[in-house]
Amino acid sequence: MLNLTLSHFLILGAILFAISVVGIFLNRKNLLVLLMAIELMLLAVNMNFVAFSHYLQDISGQIFVFFILTVAAAESAIGLAILIVLFRNLKSIHVDDLGSLKG
Amino acid sequence: MFDNFVVPNLLPAAPEIFLVVMALAILMIDLLVKDSRRTVTFALTQLTLIGCAAIQFATSTGEITYTFSNMFVDDLMSDLLKLFLYMTVVIVMFYSRGYVIDREAMNKGEYYVLALFATLGMMVMISANHFLTIYIGLELLSLSLYAMVAMNRESVVSTEAAMKYFVLGALASGLLLYGMSMIYGATGTLEITGIAERLYGGGVNKTVMVFGLVFLVAGLAFKLGVVPFHMWIPDVYHGAPTSVTLFIGSAPKLAAFAIVMRLLVNGLITMAQDWQAMLVILSVLSMAIGNLAAIAQTNFKRMLAYSAISHMGFMLLGIVTGVVGGDARYALNAYSSAMFYVIAYVLMSAGTFGMILLMSRAGFEADELEDLKGLNKRSPWFAGIMLMLMFSMAGVPFFIGFFAKFSVLQAVVAAGYMWLAIVAVLFSLIGAFYYLRVVKLMYFDAPADETPLSAGMDMRILVSVNGLAVAFLGIFPQVIMSLCAYALLRSL
Repeated sequence: MLNLTLSHFLILGAILFAISVVGIFLNRKNLLVLLMAIELMLLAVNMNFVAFSHYLQDISGQIFVFFILTVAAAESAIGLAILIVLFRNLKSIHVDDLGSLKG
Repeated sequence: MFDNFVVPNLLPAAPEIFLVVMALAILMIDLLVKDSRRTVTFALTQLTLIGCAAIQFATSTGEITYTFSNMFVDDLMSDLLKLFLYMTVVIVMFYSRGYVIDREAMNKGEYYVLALFATLGMMVMISANHFLTIYIGLELLSLSLYAMVAMNRESVVSTEAAMKYFVLGALASGLLLYGMSMIYGATGTLEITGIAERLYGGGVNKTVMVFGLVFLVAGLAFKLGVVPFHMWIPDVYHGAPTSVTLFIGSAPKLAAFAIVMRLLVNGLITMAQDWQAMLVILSVLSMAIGNLAAIAQTNFKRMLAYSAISHMGFMLLGIVTGVVGGDARYALNAYSSAMFYVIAYVLMSAGTFGMILLMSRAGFEADELEDLKGLNKRSPWFAGIMLMLMFSMAGVPFFIGFFAKFSVLQAVVAAGYMWLAIVAVLFSLIGAFYYLRVVKLMYFDAPADETPLSAGMDMRILVSVNGLAVAFLGIFPQVIMSLCAYALLRSL
């Protein structure tokens, strides 16, 4: 039987984090995908905190996760609000259409 | 279960508590205020900030005081930075007032309340002694700023800037948190002073620490806006309404400096060799790219954005030179020069954006370099004020910007980084070109637009005082410099 160790969780966290960073930089299509990538990034961090917290037998890492989850909710609320305002102006949520600021 | 609950010492956090109560009260009072009577909200906001300063004076003990289970710290560095923070926000609110009144979508009570919440976030960052407090303060600041940037809802550039700011800001928070989680894993604590103790005690996995440190520095660099994490700065400065650009470009720099000090100096000083090497690269790149790219700009706000990047790079030099080969003799000198630099920069930046707001009016932003043409013919007095601000930014002798650069360079040379000092001077010389171009436009070009300046008297007086302060503090730089050195001496 496979034993799950700390490094398994850390590697999973790192993979999720990498997917989200790639998602932010390579995504050329949809702004909603960007918001999802940001959520995924915070969840990857949460995975790290919970794994370390369990491994160190220290509760403060798990408390931190609650705060991250709460802030992430507030953050996506603001993100979606900005997205709606942007959609009203541009009539599009394509990343490529964000081009009026350059230089 | 709550038998052993002890009420924490609330006194060190008294200004924060006062601010949050007042911000919530203003939010409700504003509901009863008509749009035409928005002055009430404005006056209450300013009184709140002045009240915070008064409470800060009354409760400051000058000692390092920890409270809320060591999550919050009150020392002289935080007191001094917070006092400058209140002053900056009061100035910013005065400057933005006319601009906000002229633009209907922004003339709402939320504008002031969001500014107060952003201030609260910065205060929490300045006094943080725990990763959680830093994160909460940072998010409170960032979320308020995202909303403020998007406040001018009809504007395509503003909403686009808000979206870019949001995505890159969230990415920065993610990087910072990932770094924090690694450092937590390596040291087993989230408390900054606790991390310093564990590192000092030894037995901490160095590889995990350095891995976490890279992410932490990347997150901090995003928030400071230094190359290669600077992509958001030009777009946000350019796209945001000018009054919000003024806010983003001034006060948060103080808070960013504070969290760099808390995280890297208070917490990770034993790893100074590692993070100093990273900061040197960030600093040199910022000075190079910031100064070179600023030359190519035609938009004044965008030019100031690149100028901000180069200034933050210069400021980092002070932090880089604190510890030389395990010798922390010059640390106090180096860190206080960086602190002086930040304060001087905030003063200059507030004045310069204040000038843009002074020249703008309803339906006219005055944010292109073209708009500065012939300012001397329209208003010789304000052309003179702008001249002083630009000279100070460029580092022309006997303005405050010169002494800021001088004290950082002194620290760099004392630490033995001769090549770094030469690079910094070289890029400052390149930088002087685009500041002097502004002076040339004001004095030697014919005005494109002859409309007299329409700003109110309070605005005119305040911008003048700000400009004159840049010159006056250049004659007596010791006032602020010794304050910074004393505050850091008592706090480190």
